[in-house]
Amino acid sequence: MPVLPCLSFASATYAAGGRTLLADISLDITPGSPTVLLGPNGAGKTTLLKLAMGLIAPAAGTVRLGSRVDGKPLRTAFMFQKPVMLRRTAAANVAFALAAAGREQTPAMIRDLLDQVGLITQANRLARKLSGGEQQRLALARALARNPDILFLDEPTASLDPAATKAVEDIIAGTAARGVKVVMATHDLGEARRLAGDVVFLAAGRLVEFAPAPAFFNQPATEAARRFLAGDLVL
Amino acid sequence: MRTVNLRGGFVDGAGALDLVFSGNAQLYAIVRLSLFVTLCATAIAGLVGLALGAAIGLTRFPGRGAVVVTLNGFMGLPPVVVGLLIFLALSRSGPLGNFGLLFTPAAMIIAQAVLITPIIAALTRQLIEDLWVEYAEEFAAMGVQPWSRVTTLLWDARFSLVTILLAGFGRAAAEVGAVMIVGGNIDGFTRVMTTSIALETSKGDLPLALGLGLVLICVIMAVNVGAWSLRQWAERHAG
Ligand SMILES: Nc1ncnc2c1ncn2[C@@H]1O[C@H](COP(=O)(O)OP(=O)(O)O)[C@@H](O)[C@H]1O
Ligand SMILES: [Mg+2]
Repeated sequence: MPVLPCLSFASATYAAGGRTLLADISLDITPGSPTVLLGPNGAGKTTLLKLAMGLIAPAAGTVRLGSRVDGKPLRTAFMFQKPVMLRRTAAANVAFALAAAGREQTPAMIRDLLDQVGLITQANRLARKLSGGEQQRLALARALARNPDILFLDEPTASLDPAATKAVEDIIAGTAARGVKVVMATHDLGEARRLAGDVVFLAAGRLVEFAPAPAFFNQPATEAARRFLAGDLVL
Repeated sequence: MRTVNLRGGFVDGAGALDLVFSGNAQLYAIVRLSLFVTLCATAIAGLVGLALGAAIGLTRFPGRGAVVVTLNGFMGLPPVVVGLLIFLALSRSGPLGNFGLLFTPAAMIIAQAVLITPIIAALTRQLIEDLWVEYAEEFAAMGVQPWSRVTTLLWDARFSLVTILLAGFGRAAAEVGAVMIVGGNIDGFTRVMTTSIALETSKGDLPLALGLGLVLICVIMAVNVGAWSLRQWAERHAG
């Protein structure tokens, strides 16, 4: 297993609206099982993911994506906490994502992507008429349509019921098992325990702890992490 | 002095409808011309207004705020003033006088198009801009190319855009001041429903005016019912 970083933050800082939202983040994310960004609401998880995806640029420091074996940049995909469904069918949403990624949009590919997220029977329904869990899975299919090496997920199950959460988590685990590097944000401890290979613990815009999941959950190194794991509010 | 038989106008409501639906060729010609003028004006204003609205909604340039405010203000252009300005432009000594368009259906199409283009453009601008705010990050993450962003926004706004076109159509169809001035209400040539209603009312033929009014409302309703059915059908057969 190569341990070269596929995503590196070096003293990255981000500020908006006169506030520093992320301060001095240095972090090397390596291939392997999912990296979970954990932390209370407002910790800066979403901001960190957007920096990684290149949707926003750091005010100071650098954010670098690694490259593929052939030297090309790693392919990335992003799923927002509240994905925007295009006003068309589920299948057309997937086709749109394929086209935007510059890929062919064959019926077979669209079917395969919908099948991966269990939406094959919903292919011709309007995306906006799907349930919350189905919309989240459709957003996953759209992200997978980019054939990503790294998949960024922002609170993928934040507004879902337990059954829908399990369905989404199963897809994420399956995707990671196929070798896609998953980097996801959550404030849900149970989800972090179920999916994380390693944990990045953020609080108030700072990187507090970065550790393999078992170590983080069993012997958190910091007081802040201990309190967060105990269910206390960390600010 | 003219006597106006108001009571008769209502008591003879059935008579008015008889008159309207008795297959009067002259009446059909008026309805046909009204529809033709308003549909042409809506088509022209639709093309210009959608393009203009989308362009302003999706670009940032110095003085944009003033353009937006002006456009919004132009939604309330007084028809008679627009009619007067177009009259001046088209009259023999005006800048467009050589085309000989004054007192023709073409002049009426121009007047209605000028009236409703700002309405369509202003509403489209707001709609597309709001949709853009909603879609911008998703587009960036999906890597959607600039031109494709524009066409996607227009397509995803399609149902609301139809409603905007209907608003323009309704306003144009109901308009009387401007077409009266630039069309001249010439019998058999530029007489449309609204100008006929104004004329018949002033002549005191209230049953006919009332009948024509009913027809006008029915035409506008029919167009809206048609558009609504189309939307229902499109939503059921989306794909
Ligand atoms: N564009 C912005 N301008 C000002 N403040 C922002 C902006 N975006 C996010 N914030 C603030 O930054 C903090 C971190 O936000 P975020 O990264 O969304 O946290 P998380 O995803 O961990 O809940 C929050 O307090 C949020 O209100
Ligand atoms: Mg967040």
